[in-house]
Amino acid sequence: MLAESLFFSAVLFCIGVVGVLTRRNAIILFMCVELMLNAVNLTFVAFAQVYGVAGQVFVFFVMTVAAAEAAVGLAIIIALFRHRQTVNLQNINLLKG
Amino acid sequence: MLLQHAAAAGTHPLSGTIAEWVWLLPLLPLLGFVINGLASLLSASHLGPDDPSLAHGPHGADGHAPHDGADAHGAHGDDHHPVVRHRYATLASIVGPAVLALSFALALAIFLAMRGAGEMASPFVQTYFSWMPVGDLQVDAAFQLDQLSMVMVLIITGVGTLIHIFSVGYMQDDPGYPRYFAYLNLFVFFMLLLVLGANYPLLFIGWEGVGLCSYLLIGFWFSEKANADAGKKAFIVNRIGDFGFLIAMFLLFANLGTLSFTGVQAGAASLGFGGVLVTTICLFLFLGCTGKSAQIPLYVWLPDAMAGPTPVSALIHAATMVTAGVYLIARSNFLFSLAPVASLVVVLIGALTALFAASIGLKQWDIKKVLAYSTVSQLGYMFVGVGSGAYVAGIFHLMTHAFFKALLFLGSGSVIFAMHRAYHHTHNHDDAQDMRNMGGLARYMKVTWVLMWIATLAISGVPFFSGFFSKDEILGGVFLRARESTLAEAHLFGIPGSYILYLCYVIGLAAAFMTAVYMTRMMIYTFHGPNRTGDREREHLAEAPWVMTGPLVVLGILSAVGGWFNLPKLIPFGPLGGLEHWLEPVVGESTLRVTNGVLPEASHGLELALVVAAVAIGLLGIFYAYSQLKPDRLVPKREAPGEEGFARVLNNKWYVDEAYDKAIVQPVVSTSRGLLWRGVDTGLIDGVMVTGSQKLAQVVGWAGSQLQSGQVGTYAWVLVIGVLAVIGAFTLR
Amino acid sequence: MPEHLPLFYVFNFYLFGLVAIVSALLFVTRKSPVTAALWLVNTMFSLAALYVMLDAQFIGAMQVLVYAGAIMVVFLFVIMLLNLGHPSELADARGRGWQMAAALVGLALLAEIFALSRAQSPESLELPAGYAAREIMATGAITPVAGPLFNEYLLAFEVTSILLLAAVVGAVVLGKRRSGDAR
Repeated sequence: MLAESLFFSAVLFCIGVVGVLTRRNAIILFMCVELMLNAVNLTFVAFAQVYGVAGQVFVFFVMTVAAAEAAVGLAIIIALFRHRQTVNLQNINLLKG
Repeated sequence: MLLQHAAAAGTHPLSGTIAEWVWLLPLLPLLGFVINGLASLLSASHLGPDDPSLAHGPHGADGHAPHDGADAHGAHGDDHHPVVRHRYATLASIVGPAVLALSFALALAIFLAMRGAGEMASPFVQTYFSWMPVGDLQVDAAFQLDQLSMVMVLIITGVGTLIHIFSVGYMQDDPGYPRYFAYLNLFVFFMLLLVLGANYPLLFIGWEGVGLCSYLLIGFWFSEKANADAGKKAFIVNRIGDFGFLIAMFLLFANLGTLSFTGVQAGAASLGFGGVLVTTICLFLFLGCTGKSAQIPLYVWLPDAMAGPTPVSALIHAATMVTAGVYLIARSNFLFSLAPVASLVVVLIGALTALFAASIGLKQWDIKKVLAYSTVSQLGYMFVGVGSGAYVAGIFHLMTHAFFKALLFLGSGSVIFAMHRAYHHTHNHDDAQDMRNMGGLARYMKVTWVLMWIATLAISGVPFFSGFFSKDEILGGVFLRARESTLAEAHLFGIPGSYILYLCYVIGLAAAFMTAVYMTRMMIYTFHGPNRTGDREREHLAEAPWVMTGPLVVLGILSAVGGWFNLPKLIPFGPLGGLEHWLEPVVGESTLRVTNGVLPEASHGLELALVVAAVAIGLLGIFYAYSQLKPDRLVPKREAPGEEGFARVLNNKWYVDEAYDKAIVQPVVSTSRGLLWRGVDTGLIDGVMVTGSQKLAQVVGWAGSQLQSGQVGTYAWVLVIGVLAVIGAFTLR
Repeated sequence: MPEHLPLFYVFNFYLFGLVAIVSALLFVTRKSPVTAALWLVNTMFSLAALYVMLDAQFIGAMQVLVYAGAIMVVFLFVIMLLNLGHPSELADARGRGWQMAAALVGLALLAEIFALSRAQSPESLELPAGYAAREIMATGAITPVAGPLFNEYLLAFEVTSILLLAAVVGAVVLGKRRSGDAR
């Protein structure tokens, strides 16, 4: 089922990308990133079945990183919201050069 | 190459003799340069480089407005000026000539060793270290001692010593006294490097070095703008010639793979007789010679070079440096004898220069200018000699010319010295070098007068003086080679070489006539007739001190008997063909090659006829000048009217400088100013490149800053498009 | 992986795959963050089912526990904490043109990934068919993952713990209300 898994994975990843490109809500953007990570995880698992179990170990690490990222990212969003009263990224351009 | 040198040195008859000390020859003047240069530097802080207002030496009279501005205040008629002698003057006047004298003594010892060593077929090459080992290029710091370089070394150190001694008197009160000797010593060092170098690059170092010293000494009184300009002119004009020399070296290396004289000589035959390549090489070499040795078209710097001190004119711009081109051709005889067309060019240019410069000399009033054009003219003779394959004649004339022209210049220096002194005493600001201000000096300067007449007779080719033999040999050589030689068989611009050589012979005779005329004119105007210096000045005219007349006497003797070094067969006594025999190992083969293997033998009658013709021309010139010139009618310069008619053209040197200015200098200047400065520099480089790159950076920076909207969404878009591009690149691979 | 998969297995694999995709599509198109988050949870559950079917039972369990359980719950908490319900926050999607462009980009990316996935991997690297399943039969679901994790990747594992510590500290610092803040 490698081919099917890769197909699903690719579609999910692209949906995540489209989400990032179309949405402006910081939290939804964040969730789109999580979706992309999950899509990659599916690839890892599918390949682990064919090429050895190390792929599953990487999924494990990805999950850990995703958890850490969620913690920090959400903390940032909260801080941002506290500052601007919004999570709409259109209204946030502190990085403007 | 190295092994070959070592082997040659191991078995050479000169190894183990004093010739091993040849390296000391140039090092002695270099030592003098260092000592005098230090003396000059040490005192620079005390006295300033050369404040012309402090100058009390004779240079104030050297053709330009006198420098004695400070004395203008001393109108109370005080004759005892505070003479500022340099604090290290004594040191310099000992060290300067002494190193030269030592060098000359060593040269003499080596010469005697060479005589004692008997036949010396191959040159004595001493390799000291590998100088430029670059890929295939192997250039050693090596000295080559053979008969030709020995002659040159003796001339340079011998005449150089005399001129150094003369300078002690001439320059005595100059503020830059040690600097002068430093330059002079450095010049001798480079000149010896030039003649002793065993390969073309080393010769070139000497070549450039003497050019540098020439520049430094022409502009010795650099606070006067004209002098500095003359120095620059010499330097720039010489660069044109050096370009040719460099190209010739490149061609030699590219085709023969070596630049040492022995190597090139061995490989020269492979270039083929009369081939395009060897002709090109020779023509480029000759271009170098036209610069250094002041031939048409690059002669213009030499007359201006008279801005330097007169002993410098004697040493550098008459006796030694300007003959470097003649030496180069004699040294490269193995190349020129293979290129008859190039040799024809050399002969033709030499002959034309001889005639042209002599014609200008006819109407010059500045005593040094007359001698300068005379030098250019005589150098032309030398090129006629070496160009036509009569290498020995060319070198012989180089030698005798070194004697009598050094004598003439030093004599003129002595005259200028006296004139300047006289003017100095009375605060007269007249030109001390103009012959119209002289006249009748024979009464005041007996020794100089006699000696200068000897030199004049020598240069005019009066029998049994040195110049007679050498000039006669050149003219005879050309005439004989016009009948039978490779040159005569060659064609230049479709004209048979023999016609050209005959023409050059006639030109040579005409130039000889003019030489006799202008020299006699110079002598008559300077030493005979009434004195025009001025009534008050007259009583201050006096002979120069012995330190100046001493060298003159030696040179006078040499000018009189110098012909004995190479007596023609016509003379039934003495050491026949001494120089010819001496130089035979160096140039003999090439001489024979030019003459198709047979020595040019003239029948007794023809040879006698040639000699008689040359002598008659010379005597006719003297007689003509003597009968036509009226020194009584001359008036001092400030009252003299301008020249009229053709004399004016000659007086203005055929307007060559003006023509060069119009044809070359002004177009270059206007191109530089209009196109290169305004267009390229200001427009392209400053405008487009400098300001443009700044503008470009500004625009790019502005565009980049516009991308930084601070919008995460925009960044995400850019990122994704980048990912698309990268993955696309992988996909399409 | 057996040569001939049972129809039941294949059916379920496609089913969960389609559910995951449809849920993901619904996730990115919902306006309300809460709804979107719930659809994402649905996607993650489906993925967990796929993991199990791909002989990765342990990862499937972790997917449910960590992702669907922990991370998504944190997301929901934050959404509710910030009370992102009012209309200005809801209308967050870009305009139609942007959406079309994003769809184009997404399709292009998909095409590129398909093109890349056609690359052939060397045969020698592949395990024999059904190897993973047999190993799980023999040693249980945890051992094959735990072996490499605590041997070859031990250093990475330990570094991960430091990463988590740093994330915890960072989250606390960022989330703390400072006295200088406006409210």
